[in-house]
Amino acid sequence: MLRAALSLLALPLAGAAEEPTQKPESQGEPLPGLELFRWQWHEVEAPYLVALWILVASLAKIVFHLSRKVTSLVPESCLLILLGLVLGGIVLAVAKKAEYQLEPGTFFLFLLPPIVLDSGYFMPSRLFFDNLGAILTYAVVGTLWNAFTTGAALWGLQQAGLVAPRVQAGLLDFLLFGSLISAVDPVAVLAVFEEVHVNETLFIIVFGESLLNDAVTVVLYKVCNSFVEMGSANVQATDYLKGVASLFVVSLGGAAVGLVFAFLLALTTRFTKRVRIIEPLLVFLLAYAAYLTAEMASLSAILAVTMCGLGCKKYVEANISHKSRTTVKYTMKTLASCAETVIFMLLGISAVDSSKWAWDSGLVLGTLIFILFFRALGVVLQTWMLNQFRLVPLDKIDQVVMSYGGLRGAVAFALVILLDRTKVPAKDYFVATTIVVVFFTVIVQGLTIKPLVKWLKVKRSEHHKPTLNQELHEHTFDHILAAVEDVVGHHGYHYWRDRWEQFDKKYLSQLLMRRSAYRIRDQIWDVYYRLNIRDAISFVDQGGHVLSSTGLTLPSMPSRNSVAETSVTNLLRESGSGACLDLQVIDTVRSGRDREDAVMHHLLCGGLYKPRRRYKASCSRHFISEDAQERQDKEVFQQNMKRRLESFKSTKHNICFTKSKPRPRKTGRRKKDGVANAEATNGKPRDLGFQDTAAVILTVESEEEEEESDSSETEKEDDEGIIFVARATSEVLQEGKISGSLEVCPSPRIIPPSPTCAEKELPWKSGQGDLAVYVSSETTKIVPVDMQTGWNQSMSSLESLASPPCNQAPTLTCLPPHPRGAEEPQAPLYPPSDPRPSFAFPPSLAKAGRSHSESSADLPQQQELQPLMGHKDHTHLSPGTTNSHWCIQFNRGSRL
Amino acid sequence: MGSRSSHAAVIPNVDSIRRETGFSQASLVRLHHRFRALDRNKKGYLSRMDLQQIGALAVNPLGDRIIESFFPNGSQRVDFPGFVRVLAHFRPVEDEDTDQDPKKPEPLNSRRNKLHYAFQLYDLDRDGKISRHEMLQVLRLMVGVQVTEEQLENIADRTVQEADEDGDGAVSFLEFTKSLEKMDVEQKMSIRILK
Repeated sequence: MLRAALSLLALPLAGAAEEPTQKPESQGEPLPGLELFRWQWHEVEAPYLVALWILVASLAKIVFHLSRKVTSLVPESCLLILLGLVLGGIVLAVAKKAEYQLEPGTFFLFLLPPIVLDSGYFMPSRLFFDNLGAILTYAVVGTLWNAFTTGAALWGLQQAGLVAPRVQAGLLDFLLFGSLISAVDPVAVLAVFEEVHVNETLFIIVFGESLLNDAVTVVLYKVCNSFVEMGSANVQATDYLKGVASLFVVSLGGAAVGLVFAFLLALTTRFTKRVRIIEPLLVFLLAYAAYLTAEMASLSAILAVTMCGLGCKKYVEANISHKSRTTVKYTMKTLASCAETVIFMLLGISAVDSSKWAWDSGLVLGTLIFILFFRALGVVLQTWMLNQFRLVPLDKIDQVVMSYGGLRGAVAFALVILLDRTKVPAKDYFVATTIVVVFFTVIVQGLTIKPLVKWLKVKRSEHHKPTLNQELHEHTFDHILAAVEDVVGHHGYHYWRDRWEQFDKKYLSQLLMRRSAYRIRDQIWDVYYRLNIRDAISFVDQGGHVLSSTGLTLPSMPSRNSVAETSVTNLLRESGSGACLDLQVIDTVRSGRDREDAVMHHLLCGGLYKPRRRYKASCSRHFISEDAQERQDKEVFQQNMKRRLESFKSTKHNICFTKSKPRPRKTGRRKKDGVANAEATNGKPRDLGFQDTAAVILTVESEEEEEESDSSETEKEDDEGIIFVARATSEVLQEGKISGSLEVCPSPRIIPPSPTCAEKELPWKSGQGDLAVYVSSETTKIVPVDMQTGWNQSMSSLESLASPPCNQAPTLTCLPPHPRGAEEPQAPLYPPSDPRPSFAFPPSLAKAGRSHSESSADLPQQQELQPLMGHKDHTHLSPGTTNSHWCIQFNRGSRL
Repeated sequence: MGSRSSHAAVIPNVDSIRRETGFSQASLVRLHHRFRALDRNKKGYLSRMDLQQIGALAVNPLGDRIIESFFPNGSQRVDFPGFVRVLAHFRPVEDEDTDQDPKKPEPLNSRRNKLHYAFQLYDLDRDGKISRHEMLQVLRLMVGVQVTEEQLENIADRTVQEADEDGDGAVSFLEFTKSLEKMDVEQKMSIRILK
């Protein structure tokens, strides 16, 4: 079936391949008069073919991934090479000549840079520098070792007469060949290792080696090539010295070029505040400029782009807007994936062209054996040496994987194609050997490395979400180690890293980061921020009405958030714990318009699925992890449901316990809980009460610099300050607590004003930025009056609470009856059996945990009864109360 | 080699120190050398002043606390065995350390002890718990000045709550250990040269 699909795909290509051959004939005859229809193939040929190839490659990917089984067994690179072979065969059969091969020019100028940029930019820099010593050793010493031993051994093989005499090559030719065949290829390594998921250290060593050995490969290749061209007789001792010197020039020069461009890039993005849209473009342009500059100066371009990506990331990510960050990420992944696909496919196609290569079994077999053997030997020797210095020695299994993971790829192929046949008479044999080596390593080793890793039980990478504790303690450890190194008087790695960080903090970050960005780019802050964003998104996701009345944050008022919050806090604190400042009991006289709005809102809310705003992308280049996304969505949904349920219960719980437990003010107000950790810890019942229902206050600092805050018009979309006030999850209560009664009982809690019922009902009333337009004028006018009634009611509710805790009874409802009557018709808005498509609860994915399972029985009804309540409801709507009466209360919060 | 052994002879009770800390002879000699270099007036012990004069420690946000950790129970001086004992926490974990007989006391460089060292840097009042206030103090040292006090408090709250399992609003050593159970502490709290 796959074959059929592939050949179908190939058909238009075959047609396209034929086109140029037919063209001259039709052009030859003069056409009279105006043409009604003109076929201008030639004018679009080149870009058309490029687009077509990429399309074919992408379609092929889709086809591969139709079957999960195939892709889990066979690396994509193998499949692509095989596809290339098939396509190449078809092209060859149709066009009678080989077309569309991997041209070294195209490869080095267009296909390679995106891959390298992607890997450099997304390189985990800490890990990279932690293992820099090992990476450099393998990249430099290992590559040199491989090149010389392979070259020399092949020469020995020829001297021994095992290579056919028609392969005319001397020692230098073999060394040249050895230099191009010895380098581990970043594209191939990445393609295979990304799917294998070995542990981070192993991955970074193999991958870092494959990136950094480019410099060595380039130098060796160039030096050997020029030696071959000069002829071995003319090579003088100074030339060897020059060769060694050029190694340093090329590698250090390349790295320097990369760093210079990284600096420029970071500096440029500092000033793009008004033109956010070009930020991603700048990243790509300057990185590409780094590549081309290095290439122009015949320095190591791969090294340049790697260093550029590695160096600029921290600053660029801080400077550019959130959307640009996402764009950069996805564009980079797309380009890299695209380039990689095309490379492997073209490799397959190129191999079909038999006119370019000549076979010699001795040479091919010898090369295969030698590269495997010397790679393994080199790894063992170097690892032994490195382990003398490493804190965590690389064990035998690591060494096996490292030796076996030495995949060769398109770089070697492009380099061998670049050889000059007049200077290197054995070029055709080298080409054939390279093709075999590349195919062998990518297909055979690529296929077997996964089972091998499994069989050897190589430590796999484990992903866990960063926690604040880990982040903080990791920093502590770093500082401790640096300090201990100081005390011991040994200036080692930790010392220098600490030094670098101080330098970075003092000068570099100041220079390269926008001031506002610099402020918030502290790592601990960053983790905190991300955790909060994650929580907040899961809150907002479900209803978007967790914003409090204090959250009247305007995008241009970054400082307002904290001011508003503090003042509210202080006010609440000053008024003492006993006083009820719950402004949510204030009623709203609601107009018909509002009701209409409410109806519409509920309809929309129930019927529309709310897409997530922010995606957590996986690290893999190829998969934007749609299944992870799905899972996450479901998870978020479950969490939300759980939260609602729990807050529903805990609110009730609070009502019952508020008097019996006087609570310290501080904990009540100050506990800002993260959903994540509440989840992690809510397994065991702990101290109940409003310290569990404290608010999450998330202040998203505006990226705006204060002095320019008035000019934020263009950046509103990504730079606005938001306050999320959300109730934390509390633990599950006993199920028996859920009674059918309705009560409205404001608890004397000390919390910042949370959305009033009216806001829950009509989320847009919360006055948040862009939604503010919907607030009808009547409601806003009413506010002062409501303040008064609110106070009265607060007081009366307090009084009611002073009585024994029997507030479960509906009689204790301390609210004026009039809104109830008015809102009676609202009840049908919550039909218990209303099927909500978005509420399809996936029980199989019950990740939500213990509490969820406990309470799942109540869920269906409750979730419908509180479709908009978020998790702060003082109004309890319970099922089974239709026989009593519906009491839906609409409160109007007043602003402080 | 001759000079080294003569150095080793200078160290008092060298064998018992070796047994306790697990340091190699060479490391001890090097540390002793360093100890004497830090000891300005050749008084045979180090005072806080001696450690404070190390330049880079002054800029280390945890520098003061680490210096303090060399002076347990408010003592004013630290002798060589005490000095080495603190540093022994950072000796890399080796294979022979793991399969020790249980009768012996836990080596100073065990995971638990490494963590405990870090823990007591947080726990200023030595009550066995990192309170919210203590967490806030550490955060204030670590996080850049640009983060406001309000935000810092939020972070501190959250950090404590994240680790806090029994709900007492503070992080006990057990909770501290648990919050780091996924981290390779043995590796992250070791310095290679301290073999």
